Parts: sequence; structure tokens; C-alpha cells
Amino acid sequence: MTRTPSRRRAALQRILTPSLVIGAGLIIAIVLFGLIAPFFVADPLAVNNAGMHGPSAQNLLGTTQTGQDVLAQLAWATRGSLLVGVIVAFLALFLSAFFGILGGYLGGWLDEVFSLFTNVVLILPGLPLMIVIGSYVQQRGLLLIAFILAITSWAASARVLRSQTLSIRTRDYVQASKIAGEKAHRIIGVEILPNLLPVMSSGFVFALITAILGEAGLSFIGLGVVGTQTWGSMLFYAQNGQALTLGAWWWFVPPGLMIALLGCGLSLVNFSIDGIINPRLRTAPKQLKQAKKARQASPATKRERDDEPEQAEQEEVSA
Amino acid sequence: MSTLAVKDLTKTYLLRDGLRFKRLEAVKGVHFELTPGRTVALVGQSGSGKSTIAKLIAQLERPTSGTITLDGKPVGRRGKALAAYRDQVQMVFQDPFASLNPFHSIGHHLERPLLLHGKATKANVREKCLILLERVNLTPAESFIDRKPHELSGGQRQRVAIARALAPEPTVLVADEPVSMLDVSIRLGVLNLLATLQREENLALLYITHDLATARHFSDEILVMYRGDVVEQGPADDVILTPQAEFTKQLLVAAPEPGTNPRFLAEAKRRGVPMPDHLAALEDRT
Repeated sequence: MTRTPSRRRAALQRILTPSLVIGAGLIIAIVLFGLIAPFFVADPLAVNNAGMHGPSAQNLLGTTQTGQDVLAQLAWATRGSLLVGVIVAFLALFLSAFFGILGGYLGGWLDEVFSLFTNVVLILPGLPLMIVIGSYVQQRGLLLIAFILAITSWAASARVLRSQTLSIRTRDYVQASKIAGEKAHRIIGVEILPNLLPVMSSGFVFALITAILGEAGLSFIGLGVVGTQTWGSMLFYAQNGQALTLGAWWWFVPPGLMIALLGCGLSLVNFSIDGIINPRLRTAPKQLKQAKKARQASPATKRERDDEPEQAEQEEVSA
Repeated sequence: MSTLAVKDLTKTYLLRDGLRFKRLEAVKGVHFELTPGRTVALVGQSGSGKSTIAKLIAQLERPTSGTITLDGKPVGRRGKALAAYRDQVQMVFQDPFASLNPFHSIGHHLERPLLLHGKATKANVREKCLILLERVNLTPAESFIDRKPHELSGGQRQRVAIARALAPEPTVLVADEPVSMLDVSIRLGVLNLLATLQREENLALLYITHDLATARHFSDEILVMYRGDVVEQGPADDVILTPQAEFTKQLLVAAPEPGTNPRFLAEAKRRGVPMPDHLAALEDRT
């Protein structure tokens, strides 16, 4: 029992890979910025005569064409984009878990119907569908856009969850809990679901990335959320205000950079989750370094290995 | 006391082969009875239908035809009738590395059946778990109950699986190759535990194995299966000493007994040692 803390620390160290630390650091920084910064910045929509000014002490990230503070806009846009991403990720997680796990576990005609539906949704082209729905609906609120993004992004992870469930439900421990008399909802919720958590969390992170990118894409072409600022809407207005041709880099670089950094952070976290789920994907720089060090530390063994072919040659000659 | 009777049990799987269907007869018309205090061994090679019989008895699969009765009553398929059947009939799986959920503690695996079958209340369930762990010789029980399955060895895990099967206080226990995945050195310990528990609880035990030696040692009756058919059935000693079916003889020869060593046989013949019938028959053929 005395070993437990050190063992736990070893397990933690195995999980805390550099990619996880960097990724989580980026995400936490951006989330904190989105949560806290809006309270400290000026009104992002306040128009001013001083338009298209570069960064200065007064406006840390400069101003837009109409003199709005870019930093204030960025703060609110971060909050908006993250909100859309999180709502979509939860919706997609729920939909994929419902169709994937329930169909996979119950099997039969329900599974056939569910996987047919999943496959149909899977081959629907996401962005064109979003554009079509987005252009039909007049009042494009945040929830509606989130809903559109969610229904086009859950299918892939539903398929993954279904195949995992199919594999887990035939395992002996599920059969054993059936024999013990567990009800179906408890078998799914208590015996199967915990073993799907790593896969589900990776699906969640993936849905978060696609949602934020998808929302940025929609907003950039002018079909995004009306009334809420996001990174995509900032880019849309920057494009409209000819920021690129006027060289107003302070207007379009910050939202673009935020998208890139968050995508990078989430991907890094996703890779390390993959590494935890499937140890074969784990890179092993530490072990490699140790092995190299060990080889250098014992020149005797190295010499022996080098000598071997020579000896063999000599033997051949003498033979 | 409950008797589990299996009559004319048949299981046919339909396998899809492209557009056609193939029939696989896993079990063909098997009869036997499990009575309290007696062990029946089911012996056969891989794919002979042994595990299918275990699944059929455990109600994980439905028979194509034939009946399984408990005390003369046909078994319940769902709801309360099935729950009542599971109070009486439990199973130990072959692979202890697969039969415990890696996510849950040992305590969870014992608590659930205890609660589900009304053998414990929320208040005293931990106490009952500890008693169960002690019964399968996992002591000190306090140090095992909160551990995760991966922290236990194969033999310890199989003991947990046995404790789980005993939790509902069944009268019939099916053990599907309970030691085939374990190290040879701990097999006997687990088998002796099963035998002791069977004696103490007066269990009707179905011991599925491919090992004739342990089948003879631990069981009263032996059924030999070959490709879904029971080719031989009778008291353990009779089946081993005077095998009738050709397949049983082959099984006996395949077992690495010292008696079947050709050098030993030649030596025995030279000295004029009387030989068991089945070995003598072999000698004649060669």
C-alpha cells in the first residue's frame, strides 16, 4: 500500500507527455482569455473616428475600419467561438453516443436502421449542407448554427463508438454481468460506457475542432451567427473592410492566430489521448534516449559487437 | 434441491457465406442431468460444442431445439422467471483476464450480484463481499476488495470470478474451462477450491475441460463430446479405464501420461506388468 502514491505519480508522468502539456496549456490560456478578458475590455462595437490605426497604447491591437477596438472584439469573439464549439461538441457527443452505443449494443433491426442513418449522415457533405440550411433560415441564432454544425459532425464518431461497442459487448465481463442479472441500461451505462470514455473524449475534442473551424468557415462567407461575435465574423468583417489590401494585419491576424492555436492545442491533446488509448501510437523518445545512452556508456559491448563481423571473417579465411 | 436436466439439446448456427447460408450444428441432441453434490465433466476438443452448452445453460444463447429444465420446470426466458433461474444457475468463465471489467474494482464485481439477488443490502454489502473473498481464499480480503483487476494475477482473478458466481448462492454452477488460461502451477489450487466449495455447498457442478486427467480426478460422471455429439457418457472411472468410443481412446492417448510413453510401455511389457485395457488395445494395433 505504501507504493501507491509513487505508482500513481509514475502513471501520471506516463500520461503527461510534452504534447499533452503544451496542448492543454494553449487551450487553458485561450479559454481563460475568453472567460476573463471580456470583463476588462471596452465596448467592442463602439464606433470611433480613429479608424484603421495600428497597435498603440490606447488600442493594444489597433482598430478596425470603423474605429472599433480589435482587442475588445477578439475577447468577445473568443468567448463566442468557444461557446459554439462546446455546445456543438456536447450535442455531437450525445448524438454519436445515442446512435453508436445503443445501436451497437442492442443489435438487430435497430442497429441496421441506426447505422444506415449514420452512414447517410456521414456522406452528406458538411459545409455545403451548412450553407444551404444557413441560407434558408432567416434568424440565424447561436443555437441554430450550433445545431446545424452538430448534425453534420456526429456521424464519424458514432461509427467508431458502434464498432467499439460491438467489440465490448461480446467480452466476457459483459456476458458475466448479464448472468449476474444486470439490466440492459446498467450494462450499457456502468459496464460498457466507462470503457468507451477514452474514445468518446477523443471524439469530443475532434468535434470541438471541426465545430470551431466550421463556424469560422460559415461566418467568413457571411452565413454565420447573427448577433454574436466569433473569430469567423471578425475575419468576415476584416475581409469586407479590405484589411488585407490595406495591410491592416492587426485586424485579421489575431482571430486567425487564435483559430490556429486552439486547433493546434486541441490536436495535440487528441494525439496524447490516442497515445493513452493505444500505447502502440505512443512515441518513445525517452526510452530511445536511454537505450542510446546505455549503448554509449558500455563501450565494451559496442566493441564486441563491432568485432564480431571481423572475427567471422577471420574464421572464414582460416577455414 | 435443484436438478438441472438437459434433454435433446440442439443448437444450430446459421452462418452467412456470401448470399448462401451454411448451417453449423454446434450441439446435436445432448442429454444429461446435473444433480446436487455431483460433478459432471464435459470433455472434448476445441470447437466440439462444450462452450456452446455452457452458454445455453447460462441463457446467453437460446437452444434451437430441446429443453433445459430446473426441477422439472422449463427455464424462464425473461423478466422474473429468468431472474429466478439466475438465482440458481451461475457460471465461471474460461478467461479470467477477460471476465472482469478493467474499469471496476473487485468489490464492484461482487457487490452487484449480491445486491441484484437480494443477498445483501446496501448497508452490509461490503461485509458480505469480504466474506466471499475469504471463502475463495483471497486473504486478507480487505486488501483485495478495492483493487482493480489488473493488479491481480490470473489465479487471483479466477478466484474473484468464482466468488462472483457464488454470490447469488446458486445450486448449479457451470465452470467453462476454469483453469485452461492459468499457469500449470496454480491450476490445482483453483480446482481444489472449486471441489471444496462444491462439497460444502452441495452444488451441482458442470466442469467443462479438455483435460481428461482432471476430469477423472474431480468428477463423478464424464461426457465426451466430438463435433457436437456426445460420443461417450458414463461414470468417470469407466470412461477412462474402459473407453468405448474411438475418439475417447484418441483423447487418452493424446494426454501426456507417463503410461503412454513408448519406452515405458516396452519396459512394462518386458517385465510382464499388467496393462490397462485401452493401452493394451493400442499395443495390439501397432
